Amino acid sequence: MTVRVSIFAAIAALILLAVIFELIRSRRLHERYAILWLITGGVILVLAVWRDALGKLSHTVGIAYPPSALFVLASLFILVVLLHYSTVISKLADQNRILAQRLSLLENDLREARGGTDGR
Amino acid sequence: MTEPVTTAPREASDPRLAGLRRLAIVPAYNEAEAIASVISELRAFDPELEIVVIDDGSMDGTAGRAAKAGVDVVRLPFNIGIGGAMQTGYQYARDHGFDLAIQVDGDGQHDPQEITTLIEPILEGEADMSVGTRFAGGPRYRPPFARRVGIQLFARFVSLIVRQRVTDTTSGFRAVNRRGIALFAADYPHDYPEVETTVLVHRHKLRMVEVPVAMRTRSAGRSSITLFQSIYYMIKVSLALFVGLFRRHSTLEEG
Repeated sequence: MTVRVSIFAAIAALILLAVIFELIRSRRLHERYAILWLITGGVILVLAVWRDALGKLSHTVGIAYPPSALFVLASLFILVVLLHYSTVISKLADQNRILAQRLSLLENDLREARGGTDGR
Repeated sequence: MTEPVTTAPREASDPRLAGLRRLAIVPAYNEAEAIASVISELRAFDPELEIVVIDDGSMDGTAGRAAKAGVDVVRLPFNIGIGGAMQTGYQYARDHGFDLAIQVDGDGQHDPQEITTLIEPILEGEADMSVGTRFAGGPRYRPPFARRVGIQLFARFVSLIVRQRVTDTTSGFRAVNRRGIALFAADYPHDYPEVETTVLVHRHKLRMVEVPVAMRTRSAGRSSITLFQSIYYMIKVSLALFVGLFRRHSTLEEG
């Protein structure tokens, strides 16, 4: 029953979008990191509802059962999001290292400025 | 104020400025070419204006040039974006007890002479934030087509939200009083903050006015905005504005 699959996919996409919205609203998710998720949810929703487009798409890439194409696409998007997060984590790790370096140098300066020899 | 005023600019002789501690916050990212002249212009305009440069992780010696000019320099350990840099400036203003904070870009596009016009509504007690606009009645400024469309789109949208005519939502030439400083020190958008702060100010029941000012074309360096960034800008700001409509904002407590 492909109609049922479409309905299920549409509901799942809607829930995803609602959760993203609420996360942004309550400031637990920055807009910067929400955009990829919103695109993901939006594309899944559109293809779930607009079944002609999904049929053409699956035909083009040679997938016999259109809803499979929907989930293949969804997995692709998740891969992209994960890859994006890997770059974000790398950047955070760099910044974290710089912060630790600056902090320890600052602590050292402060100790020297206080003329203390105890060094805690 | 009993200064020996002869050649001092008009600012110094304005009695409303007596005892009013004012700070110019100068955010700078790789502006080594321009920063020294921005500082000297600010000094020439108003010798009593204190200046803090927020160096947002520049790699070209911006911080060194600014420090050599004798102003306070806050060096961020890495580039955190204009929003975070500006908020750092407002936190500096708050922690040092300033009454008035003026944002002046480190690239020289804001003419210090216009500060007189900019801070007028705040000195008159008519506004908590004053924004220098390049459009409302001022000398003609025509940005490139795409940019103009973007600016106007956001101007319409923001005007609708704040129920007040806003013409230039992207201007970074602003001044705020103590209430504005307190708000921005506590809450400031992360990147591309200008549009969102306009709404933020409204949401917190602070009064904003726009004043027409002339701006210069960049004196050094070049705008770092690429096509991809412009698209991201449009999406991010639209999203933030839309979601912001559904946020509850508490009015800022006095003090």
